[in-house]
Amino acid sequence: MTRKLTRRRVLAGSTTALMASGMASGFVTAAKAAPPAESITPQLIEAAKKEGKVTWYSSVDLALAEKVAKGFEARYPGIACKVERSGAERNFQRIGQEYASKIYNCDVVNSSDAAHFIIWKRQSMLAAYVPEDVARDYPEAHKDPDGMFASWRITLSPIAYNTKLVKAEEAPKSFADLLDPKWSGKMVKAHPGYSGVVMTSTQQLSRDLGWSWFEKLSKQKIMQVQSATEPPKKMLAGERAIMVDGGEYLLILMKEKNDPIEIVYPTEGTPLISGPSGIMANAPNPNAARLFQAWSFTAEAQQLNIDVAGLRSAHPKTRDHAGARKFSDIKVLREEPAVVADKADEIKAQYTKYFKV
Amino acid sequence: MAVADAKIPRSARDDRRRLIDLSGPALAAVVALLAVMIVLPMGWLVVYAFATKDGQATLGNFVTLFTDPSFVDPLLATLLLSVSVSGLCCLVAAPMGWLAARTDMPLARTVRTLVMASLVTPPFVGAVAWEMLAAPNSGLLNQLWRLVTGAPSDEALFDIYTMQGLIFAIACYTFPYVFILVANALDRMPGELEDASSMLGAGTWATARRITIPLALPTLLAGALVAFLQALNQFGSPAILAIPAGFHTLTTKIWSLFQFPPKPELAAATSLPLLLLTVALLRSQAAILGRRGYAVLGGKYGAPRPIRLGAWRWAAAAFALLVLAMPLFLPYAALINTAFSRISSQLLGPETFTLHNVVFTFWQLSSTLPALQNTFLLATATATLGGVLALLIAYIVARQAVVGHRILGFLATSPLAIPGIVLGVGLFLAYTRPPLTLYGTLWILLIAFITVELPQAYQQLGSAFHSVHPELEEASRMLGATRLRALKDITAPLLRSAAIATWCFIFVGVIRELSAAVILFTSETKVLSVLIFDLKESGDVGAIAVLSLTMVILTTVVIVIANRIGGAYEARVPTRVGA
Repeated sequence: MTRKLTRRRVLAGSTTALMASGMASGFVTAAKAAPPAESITPQLIEAAKKEGKVTWYSSVDLALAEKVAKGFEARYPGIACKVERSGAERNFQRIGQEYASKIYNCDVVNSSDAAHFIIWKRQSMLAAYVPEDVARDYPEAHKDPDGMFASWRITLSPIAYNTKLVKAEEAPKSFADLLDPKWSGKMVKAHPGYSGVVMTSTQQLSRDLGWSWFEKLSKQKIMQVQSATEPPKKMLAGERAIMVDGGEYLLILMKEKNDPIEIVYPTEGTPLISGPSGIMANAPNPNAARLFQAWSFTAEAQQLNIDVAGLRSAHPKTRDHAGARKFSDIKVLREEPAVVADKADEIKAQYTKYFKV
Repeated sequence: MAVADAKIPRSARDDRRRLIDLSGPALAAVVALLAVMIVLPMGWLVVYAFATKDGQATLGNFVTLFTDPSFVDPLLATLLLSVSVSGLCCLVAAPMGWLAARTDMPLARTVRTLVMASLVTPPFVGAVAWEMLAAPNSGLLNQLWRLVTGAPSDEALFDIYTMQGLIFAIACYTFPYVFILVANALDRMPGELEDASSMLGAGTWATARRITIPLALPTLLAGALVAFLQALNQFGSPAILAIPAGFHTLTTKIWSLFQFPPKPELAAATSLPLLLLTVALLRSQAAILGRRGYAVLGGKYGAPRPIRLGAWRWAAAAFALLVLAMPLFLPYAALINTAFSRISSQLLGPETFTLHNVVFTFWQLSSTLPALQNTFLLATATATLGGVLALLIAYIVARQAVVGHRILGFLATSPLAIPGIVLGVGLFLAYTRPPLTLYGTLWILLIAFITVELPQAYQQLGSAFHSVHPELEEASRMLGATRLRALKDITAPLLRSAAIATWCFIFVGVIRELSAAVILFTSETKVLSVLIFDLKESGDVGAIAVLSLTMVILTTVVIVIANRIGGAYEARVPTRVGA
């Protein structure tokens, strides 16, 4: 505990402020307010280069994560970016496991389950750091008031189908349509115990459609996979005709390549998933972590996310992907990370009750 | 291990000088080592199994285990799976082993080599490959079947996402163990007994029935047990095939209990019945084997004579090759197809060919090279240190060298009963606290891998010791050699090929190991199997195919080199000791 606070004190750069918060932390865990925004200075770049590497835990699709890493390495030569890609829920479990054993491998973490940041913040596992772009451009809804994290990416979890297997006129238009017996045995779906996207969407759908929808869906002989990055791939391969959930960004990229798939934004609304990023309190490479965090929130890097990864961005100075439906034209479901943070275990248990795995 | 390692040569030297038998201290050292490796983590598991989250003593975990359907179903599924795999393996491996070892079947050597090669394939890679082949819709075999028969697009010949599919996929990579055990036992069987039988007028089949089969039966039972336990402890294949099918086995259930928020106490409770079941099985095996004398290999023996199959020769070879298509030809064809094809469900052709997966795996995926390094370092270290340890234990137990040798045998086989994933957690609990904080280092993986591989290494070497008659050692000791000297000069040369085989077994085993590693790795200590598993969960089959092929090629090279070294050594020592 003492060590974490010491480190945070160093990172925050303000001894007095943190002495106070350190003394207060016995009673409340949240820090008091966001530190001032910081730009990318030559000193930061120099310090980051001295560290020479940054380890980034993310749940974004691996190929895209590696592209982001290569983009960073190209922008700041001499700093290697190591990607640790796994499902958000597994990364969450692993970081917890590593921190409990005082193993600090992770510099920057990105999760598709915003609830994780609420929990990490409660446990003082994050370092406050506000990149200039976040302070200046990001809407309030997409940044933590205490400066611990901000939405690095936004994606949706729509329905999609393989156009070789499903005709457009027969395709489902809503989540309710998926309960039609004609889709029995033809759907693939990811798991909330693994995927942050699906954990988030399960909370939204169980709230808006009720658990009874999941109960009925579970009787449709669903093919259950783990990561939200897998249903799009299984559907494209033709293993199942329809995906119930999964990352929209992969679908956008597939459409761009003229793969035989079509996206359905369900009439009930499409689950919205914001994926925040933050720096770990005990980051082994704190300067490289800040540089990576600062860079990854710039309009330039966010546009890269959009263009090469099909992601959405909270940065107002970015344009939607050319091949994607405009974000403002899509009806999305409301996110409630605080509810997920408190009810994740319940949600998983309920899910397992219906889907058996 | 360092302790045991240093001990052997030093004591051997001392022996020659002082002629004092140091097997007592050696035993103590080995017991201490096993205690650290096995008893400590298992102790923590037992503590957890009988404790609530807050550390109060309770039986509640077991009540949950035997009443909650979400635990009872996986338990039943696992039993069905293990029994079926074991039966299927024996059914296929026993006749095949006999054909390869005792008949004039053509290509017998090739068949043996190919069986070894199929063992190199990690089962979870095989499961992924079988997904590519037999997924009901996108599977290549199903597509072919629809193409040939004109069946509608939603009909499938095979569905790998079923219990039958899982049994099949696991059996594909388990039957080699049974085959090798059976074939090796048949190799060692003296030809004289069979000759005597035929001289006394028995026909080929009568001899097989009355001599060969009874002599091979203990090995077959051992093989059935190995297959059963392999299926029981298998994690990767069920994770890949059972979860999409909507059911859990015990291992995947346990794994799911370690997802957040972790419930190690339930996982520990879940593993204890497995431990008891395995102990019971091991005891019954000992009871079956214990009553008969199977030391058939003395100083002299005749090479067995192959049985003539006549017109059936080629049918036999075709059978063997057909069986090998399941773990080998078909999956590798699918992997190669996926590695170089843009979409894995499409057949490779000029227009679908791509090098993208290769480029991605080696030039863009930042985890590839560290994972390769970690894996080969760990595999070499585990095979060497674990092999020495297993040899020592097998010797002490087989020769009943010291009082308490039974405990050693029990300890060395007990990890079989522990699903790798549970062992992983036990080690995790034991080594995330002082004095030995090993989590986050390669050491904890080394301990895990040695522990996981020890039972098989020990059993293999143990059964080799069983077939070397103690009379040779006894003669040596009567002539004044100490026990360790006799071991070195008499037994070691006789066991050379078994020892090399064991080294290769462990090496391959480490590369295949996933379930303990999946708990114990950190981003700095990631191994290939974990990397592949991660890739599987996100559906990156192209990179999996490239990594799997790379891994198999590298492993094969290592094994070939190991066998060359072994072969050269063999040439210097007379093969017939008594002659």
